[in-house]
Amino acid sequence: MDEEYDVIVLGTGLKECILSGLLSVDGLKVLHMDRNDYYGGESTSLNLVQLWKRFGKEDTPPERLGLSKEYNVDMVPKFMMANGALIRVLIHTNVTKYLNFKAVDGGFVYSKGKTHKVPATDVEALKSPLMGLFEKRRARKFFIYVQDYDESDPKSHEGLDLNKVTARDVLSKYGLEDNTVDFIGHALALYRDDSYLDQPATDFVKRIKIYAESLARFQGGSPFIYPLYGLGELPQGFARLSAVYGGTYMLNKPECKVEFDENGKAIGVTSEGETAKCKKVVCDPSYLPEKAKKVGRVARAICIMNHPIPNTNDSHSVQIILPQKQLQRKSDMYVFCCSYSHNVAPKGKFIAFVSTEAETDQPEVELKPGMDILGPVEETFFEIYDRFEPTNQNEDDGCFVSTSYDATTHFESTVIDVLSMYTKITGKEVDLTVDLSAASATE
Amino acid sequence: MATAGNSNINAKLVLLGDMGAGKSSLVLRFVKGQFLEFQESTIGAAFFSQTLALSDATVKLEIWDTAGQERYHSLAPMYYRGASAAIIAYDITNTESFERAKKWVDELQKQGNPNMVTALAGNKADLEENRKVAAEEAKAYAEVNGLFFMETSAKTAVNVNDIFYEIARRLPRAQPAQNPGGMILTNTPSEIAQSSNCCS
Ligand SMILES: Nc1nc2c(ncn2[C@@H]2O[C@H](COP(=O)(O)OP(=O)(O)O)[C@@H](O)[C@H]2O)c(=O)[nH]1
Ligand SMILES: [Mg+2]
Repeated sequence: MDEEYDVIVLGTGLKECILSGLLSVDGLKVLHMDRNDYYGGESTSLNLVQLWKRFGKEDTPPERLGLSKEYNVDMVPKFMMANGALIRVLIHTNVTKYLNFKAVDGGFVYSKGKTHKVPATDVEALKSPLMGLFEKRRARKFFIYVQDYDESDPKSHEGLDLNKVTARDVLSKYGLEDNTVDFIGHALALYRDDSYLDQPATDFVKRIKIYAESLARFQGGSPFIYPLYGLGELPQGFARLSAVYGGTYMLNKPECKVEFDENGKAIGVTSEGETAKCKKVVCDPSYLPEKAKKVGRVARAICIMNHPIPNTNDSHSVQIILPQKQLQRKSDMYVFCCSYSHNVAPKGKFIAFVSTEAETDQPEVELKPGMDILGPVEETFFEIYDRFEPTNQNEDDGCFVSTSYDATTHFESTVIDVLSMYTKITGKEVDLTVDLSAASATE
Repeated sequence: MATAGNSNINAKLVLLGDMGAGKSSLVLRFVKGQFLEFQESTIGAAFFSQTLALSDATVKLEIWDTAGQERYHSLAPMYYRGASAAIIAYDITNTESFERAKKWVDELQKQGNPNMVTALAGNKADLEENRKVAAEEAKAYAEVNGLFFMETSAKTAVNVNDIFYEIARRLPRAQPAQNPGGMILTNTPSEIAQSSNCCS
C-alpha cells in the first residue's frame, strides 16, 4: 500500500468506478478503496437480508418473500436510455461485455389522475388517449418536426434557430396545450422542472430525439434497458475494467483519511496506519464531508409486491413519471418497477420504488400519489436521504468529489457529472462518438 | 452459463486462487502458448475466448482471469456470475497457497452455481525439488470435495491443455434453458454474426 499513485479513488459507487476505469485505461496508476466489504457504495444492490439490516428492521425477512439471495434491490434505482450517455460510456469502454441487458417493458406518464403510455412518435401521438383529437394532430406535427430535425441541414429547421429561440417558442409554434407540454418536457425530454422552457431549444429537441431513437432501438415498449441482476453490476463491471488495466482494488478499508500538505493539497490517503501517496483524490461526498454541502433531500419508498403496477399493460419493468404540475409540487415524482424478469427478485415478485426531491419531512405523506398507483404492497421501506454537492476548488486541493445521486429514474445526469469530473481530472474530454448503429444486441 | 445447441457449447470459466499461484500464466500458456518468467497482469484483456473441438461438441470457453482483484480479497460477485466452470490454482511449492485454495473452494460453493465443473490445479509442477504439497493430499481433498485434480506447469506446459480439455469434456452437454436470457450489447457487427449462431 505504501506506494505512490497518480490517483486514489475512494468509494466504489458507480461514478467513482466509471472514473477509475477511464483513468486506468488512460494509463494512470490508480488505487481504489472502499470502507465497505462490498462494491457499489450508495449504488449497490442488496439482497433481502441486507435490505432488512440496512433499514434497521428487527428479526429476519418473512418466508413469504422468498429466498434472500434472489433479491438484488437497487439502492439508486435507475434505467438506462438505450441511446443515452451511459450506453455510450459502456460501449466505449467495452464494459458491455460483462453485462447482460434486457429492455424495459414500459414508459408511462401520470396525467389527470391516470397513467398513460408515453407517446414518443407521430404514430403513437395519434393513438394516445392523453390528447383530444385536434391536439393529437398538433402533437403529430411537432413530433414529425423533431424527427426530421437535423442540425446540419437548415432545410429541416423550419425557420427556427434553436440556439436562439426557447423551448417555449417552439412549443407555442405548434400550439400545444399545457398538459401536452407537461408530458413532453418531463416524460420525454426528462426535465426535472420547468426552467427548460426559457432556455434555448437545442437541448430540448435533442433530448426528445434521444428518447425516440432509444425507443426504436430494441423494440421494447420503452426507450430504456436495464441489466440482469440489477444496477449493482455496473460499478462492478467498471471496477473490473480498471483492474484489467492495472488498477489496484482494496475493499473493507476502514477510515480512508485523506492527507493534506501545508497548502491544503491532497498528498495521500491513510487507512489502518498505512499511507498511500497520490497526486489526486477522487471520492464520493461521504469520504470528504468537509468539502461538500447539502443541496437537497430525496424522499423514497422501496416496495415489494406480488403483481405488476396496475394500468401498465402488465409491464414487468416500467417507469412512470408524475410531472410536478400534475401533483401541484415543485419537483417531479418517479415510480420505477422491476421484477424477477430482470433477475432482481424471486419468481412472481416485483420491486417498486417511488422517489422525489423531498419538500417535507414526511415521506409517507409526500410519496402518497406515487404509492397510490402501485396497488397492494407486501412490504414498504421509507427513507429520506441527503444529497451533497462539492464545494471545493480542485485546482487548489487536488480533490474531485462527486455529486450525490438524484431522484431521477435514469442516468443522464449521472453521466454528465462523471464526464465533467473526468475533464477536470485529466484536462481532456472523453470521446463518446461510438458507432451506436453498429453496436447492437445479441440475444 | 453453458448453452447448448447442435452440440455448440458456450461456457464461462473463471480462475481462482491466491496471487502468485500461476493463474495468469496458465491462461497465457493455454491461449497463447507462451510463458513469461515475470508475468505482469495481462493488461487490457476482458477475457479470452478459446474454442475447443471435442469429438461430440464444440466448446467455446470464455476464460476470465482475476485481473489482480484477488490480491486484497476484492473479487466482485459478478466475477462468479453465470460461470459454469472454475480452475482453482495453488503453487505446489507453497503450503499456504494450498490452504488458501481450500478457502476459494468454500467461497465458490457459496457464490457459484451448484452444477459448476471445478478443477484443482497444483501448479509449478516443474519445481519438484521445492515441493511442499504432496500430490496425494491434494488428490484426496479434491475427491472429497467433488473437484477433479491435476498437477500442471505453465512453464513446461505439462497438463495445461489437458486440464482445460477435461473441463470442456465434463461440461453438461444439454442444459435446461436459463431464465430468459438478456442481450449483450456489442460493438462490432462481426461479433454479432459470430454469436448469433450460438443460440437457438
Ligand atoms: N516455475 C514455474 N513458475 C511459474 C509457473 N506458473 C507461474 N509461474 C511464475 O509464478 C509467478 C506468478 O505467476 P502469475 O501467473 O502471475 O500468478 P497469478 O497471480 O496467480 O496470476 C510468475 O513469476 C510466473 O512466471 C510454473 O508452472 N512454473
Ligand atoms: Mg494474475
